[in-house]
Amino acid sequence: MKTTYREAMRAAIRDAMRRDERVFLMGEDVGRYGGGFAVSLGLLEEFGPSRIRDTPLSEAGFVGAGIGAALGGMRPIVEVMTVNFSLLALDQIMNNAATLLHMSGGQFNVPLVIRMTTGGGRQLAAQHSHSLEGWLAHIPGLRILAPATVEDARGMLWTALEDPDPVLIFEHGSLYNVAGELADDAGAVDIDTAAVRRPGADVSLITYGGTLPTTLDAADALAGEGIEAEVLDLRTLRPLDDAAILATVAKTHRAVVVDEGWRSGSLSAEVSARITESAFYDLDAPVGRVCSVEVPVPYAKHLELATLPSVERIVAAAREAVGSHG
Amino acid sequence: MTEHDAAQAIAADPEHVRGLLRQMVRVRRLEEQCVELYSAAKIRGFLHVYIGEEAVAAGVMSALRADDAVVATYREHGHALLRGVSASAIMAEMYGHAEGCCRGRGGSMHLFDAATRFYGGNAIVAGGLPLAVGLALADRMSGRDRVTVCFFGEGAMAEGEFHESLNLAALWGLPVLFCCENNLYAMGTALDRSESQTDMALKASAYEVSAWAVDGMDVLAVEEAARRAVDAVRAGGGPHFLELRTYRFRAHSMFDPELYREKAEVERWMERDPIALLRTALEASGELAADQWDALEREVGAEMAAAVEFAEGGTLEPVEKLTRFVYSEREPTARESGDRAPGVRGSR
Repeated sequence: MKTTYREAMRAAIRDAMRRDERVFLMGEDVGRYGGGFAVSLGLLEEFGPSRIRDTPLSEAGFVGAGIGAALGGMRPIVEVMTVNFSLLALDQIMNNAATLLHMSGGQFNVPLVIRMTTGGGRQLAAQHSHSLEGWLAHIPGLRILAPATVEDARGMLWTALEDPDPVLIFEHGSLYNVAGELADDAGAVDIDTAAVRRPGADVSLITYGGTLPTTLDAADALAGEGIEAEVLDLRTLRPLDDAAILATVAKTHRAVVVDEGWRSGSLSAEVSARITESAFYDLDAPVGRVCSVEVPVPYAKHLELATLPSVERIVAAAREAVGSHG
Repeated sequence: MTEHDAAQAIAADPEHVRGLLRQMVRVRRLEEQCVELYSAAKIRGFLHVYIGEEAVAAGVMSALRADDAVVATYREHGHALLRGVSASAIMAEMYGHAEGCCRGRGGSMHLFDAATRFYGGNAIVAGGLPLAVGLALADRMSGRDRVTVCFFGEGAMAEGEFHESLNLAALWGLPVLFCCENNLYAMGTALDRSESQTDMALKASAYEVSAWAVDGMDVLAVEEAARRAVDAVRAGGGPHFLELRTYRFRAHSMFDPELYREKAEVERWMERDPIALLRTALEASGELAADQWDALEREVGAEMAAAVEFAEGGTLEPVEKLTRFVYSEREPTARESGDRAPGVRGSR
């Protein structure tokens, strides 16, 4: 059936709520408003205000309450409207969710799922366009997911809820309206592995989340030039699927990492470093990177487009990699 | 509590009151031992002692049920001990030994214990309050009549997380007892130098939470207030707040030269040492003979000596196990999830 990323995410929440009475959704405007991005529209009517729980504007308070509820035996899904606002809850995410199991010597795990939108591209300017999943992926104790397809939007949540430890799901804002085919019996998917979204032999384009469609478009454009790009969707940003990254590099000998985060200290830097550490002698060209320009994301459309990774920049980086000879 | 009230409470149940005295003495001797061991470099890191404030933990813990939950701060040795964590497990933790209550991962500031529902040991000021709200939310949603007690200092009331937590708990009518241990200093910053409203109960009551102040040096007064509040919370009366007016006799931590307060002030407060106050009241009522006090001291001394011996004999967690407990050790499968019992689980 044809569905959108938003509908797939909503179906995932509905499914989880039906399967396990310990599951509840909590966040700003998830109930009566239907969710800042309309993901939870209609769920209040089905599950009631206790399980579709509107919160005050208190990111630290309700993210922390989610941690406490998880400690108390529930399986909360906490929605933080955007990653930008999650900075107000960073204390709870980093100092509590990520550390409690270790500090307590293994006594207190935190089975919590936090969902949030991420990324730019919608002319929302500097305070609503951050891509900070790479930052969060720095933290031991967390698992970081970036569903980029309708299958993953539908399937990652349930697997995340089964994880005994905190899982953060980053939903790129530009993906909600993307439509795709979803099997009628689509269900849980793994949250451990990266996936090859397009096979190719000439260069590996490694990406995740909101830049997957852009990267696939770039691969199509490259095909028109006779360059067959393999597109690897990381899916899980922590822990990274090293084997899949190294496998694609071993196959194509060339890699370009596409990441909407800023280049300095980014997830792309981590991926690049792992390739250099473990697959240096497989490489026929330096690892390339396409990231956001290091500027607070501007409002004006042309400036924003110039900031974010684009098909043109990805194509150019791939050409450069292919043009290099080892 | 007036002398008359104290005498009545003692007459009603002298054994119970002697028990409260014992609990305070246990905390005091444990921490005196810790300070000594810190000087001997057996304990490292930060060490924040509770000496002077023992009546607060002793009074509040006495009002709790075994299935209630406790969230505390980084000055929590006493809370852990009185909640039922053994002095040996606490001491071994401070030694950084594998036999410690957190296998040496937490140390003085991060004591945790699943068996007694003791949720730390939280060292970000006010960071524990949202956890308490969530624990109470889980109880509310599951239809359990448990209470979550959350301790924090008055310094936490300047933090945003305090306000967010009080609002959430009150808005949702959650079973939390907020216990503000007002020792007048946030590290070295006096209350009236850091908060515009210094009446903590008044500040809390802005959130429509029942709140009142209690003499935190009088364990009988603390216990009575805590019982009243815990009963009300358990009965569905929503969150309650106690401001427990107390004082820290020792430095903030072992690194604190105490430049911010006068010795005379400390001495004035030491005249109201909670242990001495209760001991005197018991003696005045004829309920604490000299040999009873001696026996109490002897028994507590033996307990702490045994704890030190236990810690001394402990072992170091093998470095090969360094990265344990970053993630739970068993990945669940889809099939198992339906069978998993709710509640706190440790990793296996």
